[in-house]
Amino acid sequence: MTDTVKEHKRSFYRTEMLPPKPPPPASTGVLGWMRENLFSSWWHTILTFVGLYIIWLIVSFLVQFAIIDAVWSGQDRTACLADGGREIGACWAFIRVWHNKYMFGFYPEDQQWRVLVVYAIGAVLLAFLLIPRAPGKRLVMLLLFVIYPVLAYILLYGMSSLGLPVIETTRWGGLMLTLVIAAVGIVISLPLGILFALGRRSQMPVIRFISIIFIEFWRGVPLITVLFMSSVMLPLFLPEGVTLDKVIRPLVGVALFASAYMAEVVRGGLQAIPKGQYEGAQALGLTYWQMMLLIILPQALKMVIPGIVNTFIGLFKDTSLVSIIGLFDLLGIAQASLADAKWATPVTAPTVYLYLALVYWVFCFGMSRYSIFMENYLHTGHKR
Amino acid sequence: MSIEAQEKKGMSVSDEVVVEMIDVNKWYGDFHVLRDINLTVYRGERIVICGPSGSGKSTLIRCINRLEEHQAGKIIVLGTELTEDIKKIEEIRREVGMVFQHFNLFPHLTVLENCTLAPIWVKRMPKKEAEEIAMHFLEKVRIPDQAHKYPGQLSGGQQQRVAIARSLCMNPQVMLFDEPTSALDPEMIKEVLDVMVDLAESGMTMLVVTHEMGFARQVANRVIFMDQGQIVEQNEPEEFFTNPKSDRTKLFLSQILH
Repeated sequence: MTDTVKEHKRSFYRTEMLPPKPPPPASTGVLGWMRENLFSSWWHTILTFVGLYIIWLIVSFLVQFAIIDAVWSGQDRTACLADGGREIGACWAFIRVWHNKYMFGFYPEDQQWRVLVVYAIGAVLLAFLLIPRAPGKRLVMLLLFVIYPVLAYILLYGMSSLGLPVIETTRWGGLMLTLVIAAVGIVISLPLGILFALGRRSQMPVIRFISIIFIEFWRGVPLITVLFMSSVMLPLFLPEGVTLDKVIRPLVGVALFASAYMAEVVRGGLQAIPKGQYEGAQALGLTYWQMMLLIILPQALKMVIPGIVNTFIGLFKDTSLVSIIGLFDLLGIAQASLADAKWATPVTAPTVYLYLALVYWVFCFGMSRYSIFMENYLHTGHKR
Repeated sequence: MSIEAQEKKGMSVSDEVVVEMIDVNKWYGDFHVLRDINLTVYRGERIVICGPSGSGKSTLIRCINRLEEHQAGKIIVLGTELTEDIKKIEEIRREVGMVFQHFNLFPHLTVLENCTLAPIWVKRMPKKEAEEIAMHFLEKVRIPDQAHKYPGQLSGGQQQRVAIARSLCMNPQVMLFDEPTSALDPEMIKEVLDVMVDLAESGMTMLVVTHEMGFARQVANRVIFMDQGQIVEQNEPEEFFTNPKSDRTKLFLSQILH
């Protein structure tokens, strides 16, 4: 019958349908891919080689600095000083000496197991929460968001009646403090942000007005100002004798600050939900909260996962700002360690910053990858 | 179809009033979209509402479950007057099912979950019972085998049938259809209409906004023609199509019936 088509006859009818055929063999293998993506024209070929050269420059420098020329052990600065013409790269010996402080700040070494226990429980619960197939989500949520914070507080801060000596928050520091601030910020900012996003779209003027004021206030001030206000000005306003913990104050500041951003991210998602979804839910007789929790928010939040994780990542990195109000989070304690005269060498500071970048990157990249996984997992649109 | 033939099929109309609209008026801003609407719907009636776009026919049926708010007049559904009282509105919505032009299925839930959501959360029905009911109605609309797929994986006609099943799972006393076949490919319209005919034959009270005049002839016991926010003409389908009284109706029918 195909012959008939080729002859360009005006009139034609098919007597049998064509069976499906396999697609043409793809531009085969690695070579085909390279030809298509890297060398499709002389201009692309030049760009490819320029790109490769830049990558080579960066990687070779990093490998040279961080591995080949690196000093891995030593007792003081002499180990990391260039003597006898040898190039000196990263001074990992310094990081090793200070590593415990980087992780725990001034938390007494014999009590650090408490932090590790908090990490371990948190990691297990988080794994159960984040792995979609893991069972018992409700129980895990209850444990993670109700029991765990109390437990973590008791473990970290201490309770003498349980034989856990009190460790003042002033002695908290390093990565542990960074994680505490980030975790509290994340856990508070998401629900609070959702509430304010709903509030801003509420039909009740008072609630809408309060939400707008909250969001616009916190979005309108820089985080540094918030932190200074919380550490310097807030005590002036409190009645005499009332003191707020030095860590709690910026903690609240960071959490509220992130909530405002989260609210706007979530609002973006809410606005993207078609009106028909609200009407479909209402027509079935669902109440406002049923409609929001069962129909609207699951879709809206899924849509703004990239924005939510973006805010989380921003929050995680912004915790480093607490170092300027005298808290020794990971960045703060690392900066302080640079004043260690025993280790003053030209490579100490670059090493420390390289190390910091690596630690922050691991956490942020982890969050980023998880968000991509979740986006794909929750995609139900046209799953085949 | 004559009255007798309809009653043979079980499509009898009782004299129990289900929906009553008295002098209902509604404005969108300055635009007077519903003007002095008076309409009484008896249990078991199948009313088809037609009219040009912008005539207020969708708005009219959306007022019945308060997706739109009327500003003047009275709407009484199943003995309860629609007011600001959200509790009463939710009560009425439980008894009044609605099917939309664009289906409005919940894309993040499977077909089965779409159907069981409201019975479980609104009626507090045990999950297992809700699933049995859902499967029963999915069989009625002839797609039980799609129960575990997501709406995005179904064709338009299948989605609309799921939407009908989803409404029926709440065991409503009245069903509202807002142009249920307007967004469908031509080949899928019939499968949805067939389901609606079945539903009419089961005695469901239905208000259907549609341009499917074949459907109106086959199942309606009353056809209402609206224009400019008003009911221009209403009559039994036979009389409405063969002997329309108003010039506006004649013009409309001449445009859509070729």
